Amino acid sequence: MREWLRWPVLRQLTGSDPLGRGQAARSAATDREHARTEDADEVVGSVCPYCAVGCAQRVYVRDGAVTQIEGDPDSPVSRGRLCPKGSASRSLVTSPARRTRVAYRRPYGTEWEELDLDTAVDMIAERVIRTRDETWQETDSDGTRLRRTMGIASLGGATLDNEENYLMKKLYTALGAIQIENQARI
Amino acid sequence: MSPDGAAEHPLFGLARAAQPGGDVRTSASGPVDSPAGGNRLSGPLADPSAEAGYSERHPERMGFFTDTSVCIGCKACEVACKEWNLLEEDGLDLTGMSYDNTTELGATTWRHVAFVEQRIDPSTRARVDIGMPGMGAPSTTPEEGADSDATEVRWLMSSDVCKHCTHAACLDVCPTGALIRSEYGTVVVQDDVCNGCGYCVPACPYGVIDIHPDNGGAFKCTLCQDRLGSGLAPACATACPTESIQYGPLDQLRQRAEQRLEQLHEQGMTEARLYGQDPTDGVGGDGAFFLLLDEPEVYGLPPDPVVTTRDLPAMAAHAAIAAATAALTVAACFLGGRR
Amino acid sequence: MAEAHPVGFQWVMEAKRRGAKVIHIDPRFTRTSAMADTFVPLRAGSDIALLGGLINYVLRGGHYFHEYVAAYTNAATIVDESYADTEDLDGVFSGFTGSGYDQSSWYYQGARINPAAGERDQWNDVFGSPDPDRAASEGESTPRAEPETDPSLTHPRCVFQILKRHFARYTPELVEQLCGIDRRRFHEVAEALVANSGRERTTAFAYAVGWTHHTVGVQYIRAASILQLLLGNIGRPGGGILALRGHASIQGSTDIPTLFDLLPGYIPMPQAHPNLSLDGFVATNAADKGYWGNIRDYVVSLLKAWWGEYATAENDFRFDHLPRLTGDHGSFRTVIDQIEGGVRGYFVIGENPAVGTANAHQQRMGLANLDWLVVRDLNMIETATFWKNGPEIDEGETTPSEIGTEVFFLPAAAHTEKDGTFTNTQRMLQWHHKAVEPTGDQRSDLWFFYHLGLRIKSKLAARRFERDARQRERDRPVLELTWDYPTEGEIAEPSADAVLREINGTDADGRALSSYTLLRSDGSTRSGCWIYCGVYAGEINRAARREPGERQSWVAPEWGWAWPANRRILYNRAAADPQGRPWSDRKAYVWWDAEQRRWTGHDVPDFDATKPPDYLPAADAHGPDALRGTDPFVMQGDGLGWLYAPAGLRDGPLPTHYEPQESPLRNTLHSTQRNPARQLYHRPENRYQPSGAEPGAEVFPYVFTTFRLTEHHTAGGMSRWLPHLAELAPAMFFELSPELAAERELVHLGWATVITARGAIEGRVLITQRIRPLRSNGRTLHQIGIPWHWGPNGLTTGDAANELLGVALDPTVHIMETKAGTCDIRPGSRPRGAELGTLLATYRARAGITEDTGTEDSPSAADARYPDVSDTDGGGDES
Repeated sequence: MREWLRWPVLRQLTGSDPLGRGQAARSAATDREHARTEDADEVVGSVCPYCAVGCAQRVYVRDGAVTQIEGDPDSPVSRGRLCPKGSASRSLVTSPARRTRVAYRRPYGTEWEELDLDTAVDMIAERVIRTRDETWQETDSDGTRLRRTMGIASLGGATLDNEENYLMKKLYTALGAIQIENQARI
Repeated sequence: MSPDGAAEHPLFGLARAAQPGGDVRTSASGPVDSPAGGNRLSGPLADPSAEAGYSERHPERMGFFTDTSVCIGCKACEVACKEWNLLEEDGLDLTGMSYDNTTELGATTWRHVAFVEQRIDPSTRARVDIGMPGMGAPSTTPEEGADSDATEVRWLMSSDVCKHCTHAACLDVCPTGALIRSEYGTVVVQDDVCNGCGYCVPACPYGVIDIHPDNGGAFKCTLCQDRLGSGLAPACATACPTESIQYGPLDQLRQRAEQRLEQLHEQGMTEARLYGQDPTDGVGGDGAFFLLLDEPEVYGLPPDPVVTTRDLPAMAAHAAIAAATAALTVAACFLGGRR
Repeated sequence: MAEAHPVGFQWVMEAKRRGAKVIHIDPRFTRTSAMADTFVPLRAGSDIALLGGLINYVLRGGHYFHEYVAAYTNAATIVDESYADTEDLDGVFSGFTGSGYDQSSWYYQGARINPAAGERDQWNDVFGSPDPDRAASEGESTPRAEPETDPSLTHPRCVFQILKRHFARYTPELVEQLCGIDRRRFHEVAEALVANSGRERTTAFAYAVGWTHHTVGVQYIRAASILQLLLGNIGRPGGGILALRGHASIQGSTDIPTLFDLLPGYIPMPQAHPNLSLDGFVATNAADKGYWGNIRDYVVSLLKAWWGEYATAENDFRFDHLPRLTGDHGSFRTVIDQIEGGVRGYFVIGENPAVGTANAHQQRMGLANLDWLVVRDLNMIETATFWKNGPEIDEGETTPSEIGTEVFFLPAAAHTEKDGTFTNTQRMLQWHHKAVEPTGDQRSDLWFFYHLGLRIKSKLAARRFERDARQRERDRPVLELTWDYPTEGEIAEPSADAVLREINGTDADGRALSSYTLLRSDGSTRSGCWIYCGVYAGEINRAARREPGERQSWVAPEWGWAWPANRRILYNRAAADPQGRPWSDRKAYVWWDAEQRRWTGHDVPDFDATKPPDYLPAADAHGPDALRGTDPFVMQGDGLGWLYAPAGLRDGPLPTHYEPQESPLRNTLHSTQRNPARQLYHRPENRYQPSGAEPGAEVFPYVFTTFRLTEHHTAGGMSRWLPHLAELAPAMFFELSPELAAERELVHLGWATVITARGAIEGRVLITQRIRPLRSNGRTLHQIGIPWHWGPNGLTTGDAANELLGVALDPTVHIMETKAGTCDIRPGSRPRGAELGTLLATYRARAGITEDTGTEDSPSAADARYPDVSDTDGGGDES
């Protein structure tokens, strides 16, 4: 259709909407409107990351990016509904405030510095080994076995997956770190 | 215990019933109230879409019934709306109006939850003070019986939205055809058409539509026109945890609202009332109507809204001029283009 | 519930729609109160008085569910004759040592029962007893010890009579006095509760941290348990005591615990006992009766999951690879150890203690004294930036160049960027699928800990020959650790599915196990968390099941997977009467099918499916076999619901009203003001305030309680950075009554400063009629509500409520009191810089605060020091 044929006045005068209050005044963009969730490459089953009600979510993905997160109406827990925080999940995961790079602050430093991820993990591994050695307690003064380090502690877990908590507890316990805590205590 | 159909499911029956069919209308009622060939600017009108030129095969009129008696004030509707429609944050101000920091509908706020704190007499359920939103702090004078049970606190919450009037003055005055009646009977702004003239803003009897401060266009709730086209419910109704916001065919919603009202009255909540459901009111009934627990003013709603263009037909002498002007303006903006 | 769990609240609204009466009890009128049929305001910190009043009402009026109580609770069990009640000893139980309790006088007559939770290690009882060989006597032919009972419930020392005496003074008048709840309203609640309980009806209690964040937090829950057991509301549909937990997998992180005192599946971490072996551990932690009788199966399967082929029967399945505890190693103790220099390295993973933990200043002191700190989060939270813009920097107390902590901030992947399970508050595991790849350096915590572990293992392996024999021995648990998960993609993301399968467990042939009842102590099975065994039954990830709810029964068993064994209601044997019949048609849930000779119903029966109701165990039966056909509480050492807890709690077998650590009121119930066993830390940065009649208490005349808003989440790490949430609740505020505003000349929306002995914070004043003064103990009491979501970073910023709080803990679970404290409030914003310190010093001086303040009735029970420790390496470590 030639563009001028879409001129509303023309449609008005020739159609069922002589005053141009509906059908005749619709723009091409309005006619094309549809939910962007229809354009998703993939719809992925998920769970809300906020509280422990466990509302099911559907994550809509297009071109490798999250375009929308909605409640999953199939869930017997949530029946598709979300609270304001759950409704803000798309903003949470796509937030420009989220950091994408490691930040490093050296002792007594006054600013953040850049550090590549591999170096960071390697430095942390070195510090774990060193601290563990320096603070190792094999026994108490009576010779009772302790087999632990009191030099390394950890906090957090309630916002993580079970599998993550499991690897944390497993690795820490093997290292002999016992001061392992999360939000369940506080 | 056999899990039969959805309609009989003890937990999903109601949830699913709230979902619209999204089908084309099947009822026999056509555009009966609409005089042939003419447009009406006030009074009952059964099928605004038909009047706006949509064929008989257009969908049923869809709308919102907001039952404020079950609103928990969580604001999921506000967030879900902004997330879906990609509306920006519009102010980090603590207002002091109870938990309402949104204050009003606007170009980037299409749902607004009002919070009204009141003290009531528990026996009569009558207000013993005024709890208007925007009235600032409650009295700091300790009232008699402050630490007894003479009065109780009542906290009203209500999610406001564009009313999608049967007779929408914003649409009537729009010179560009940006504001139109949709096939669902709702009122939507076409932002590719809007030139930001702002005529619609004072025309709205509810103060809903607003000009965006940055891009200059007029914006308001579209009832998620894009989602409706895809068979989805609007974002706010989809999120609402307690079914305070119900979306569906307006006829069904009106019936359901009457039943709910009756139920509440039977339970002794005689203060419950419907607002905007009446096709004979000043705007021909709202496409988005409410069950309230107090006077509309208490929630910041006009008590007797009237379509501001009601008297337009009487101004017959000016009508032709107005129409011509409008047409020219449309032509100008269409050919010139906003972008 | 409407505030913090709005979507869960839909079911309350659904129940209300169907005729349920909703009662909301809270110091504040919240969005939940707005929906309730009845709102009952009470003084923060007085809930045990209210619950005790209800218990007394039920007992006195004979409203308890007699058949249920007689058959399913320990009402008939007789308690040791040395037991003395708080009613006899003016607020303390027998066995008080001055710094805690010797619990032996609380035991049952004739039998020592191990608790299913709480304090479990019974070393002294087992090895201090005349029968030290009991350790080796697991199972087989030893007669089981059974406590004495009196089925008529009339024996003066039976639990039922003790209960009656203990709560006799909890009258409506006392409730009115302590809680500020008038008698009319009390009766309204009590009558509704009783009318809605019994064969035909059940009542549920839902609670959150308003009940647990107290120095008597566990006893709050115990009080509710007693009430619900008396009314027959446990193990039945529509009943229960429902914990509404606040993080997506806080239940999971308790089940698979990143907690110091537990191993996966609530197996206790071993304590440091001389020559502790696996046998000794089992003997001190097992139960004679019930499923804890099989603890050896669970422990050995765990050790096998962790140390694989290296764990053999000959080496006690590497039991000695487990580190040993010596007391409290909870997070508050740890932070003090940071300040004192003992803790050098700290991982903070998705938590924000710099603003999110009580006495936030103390937390930051700890952070500032570390050698190294790893913070993993989505946003740049305050715990990562404390050295740059913490309050101590802003107020000029210190500067970045004085803080030696090395900080690694590692960006985390979001839930949409990784596979894994969350366990919700109903114990249900739900799988979330990875939707997109994380960006840049963002990684899952699974990735981080897997690759960190690999790196540490490979470094230790490579240095094998540099390290001496003792170091090599020390490295063995790490080097032998099973750590071989498949990875995928460019970033080598480990497979969460493989980890879940390891958690589930496998049999001798490496096939996924279907049930914890298949676990064995001979080393043939492996399971990383026995209660999760079955989540991968049939090699299917059952947490990922999403059969639509409407295509299922109302129990919806095919959505996700709930531990244990996909049961949706625990202890559901109690939903049937002793003969196995439903208590009523209306409340039928699980019952005995006499024809099929098995338990059946809407849910998976929480009982041996073929054990008939009339089953009686042999005298030498142990473990599950020792449970009678009428013992529904299968994890309990006697199979019964505990009205009285003979073990497991550090502060008494029954709940007793104590005032919070800081209260404007004197305890009028007895002269013991506070929980005498509570845990305190006497430190300069953690001073306590005087209470009640103590001089100086009037300096902090108001009660405050912290709370959450719907619009934010916890300390704000996942909400303050989001524009659509920040704009809805854009500023820190204090909620208070018009009366208090008038008394302190506070202006609506104006600034005010709240002051305690620890800190002073500013916020905007929100005057509201929703907060009303209470009459309590004859005086008018003002309460202030303080949300705790704020901190210096993000889109909406403000002072953190945790600056105000001191650290005073429940002794059993080491949880702090945040829900009832005292403070002062005054108009205007808080002073800056040195003046802030001056203000606090002035207040402390006015109240006469010393290191002993607030400790008068409780010696420092918590301050147990660690045992002397000798590093056998004698300082020969390289560094």
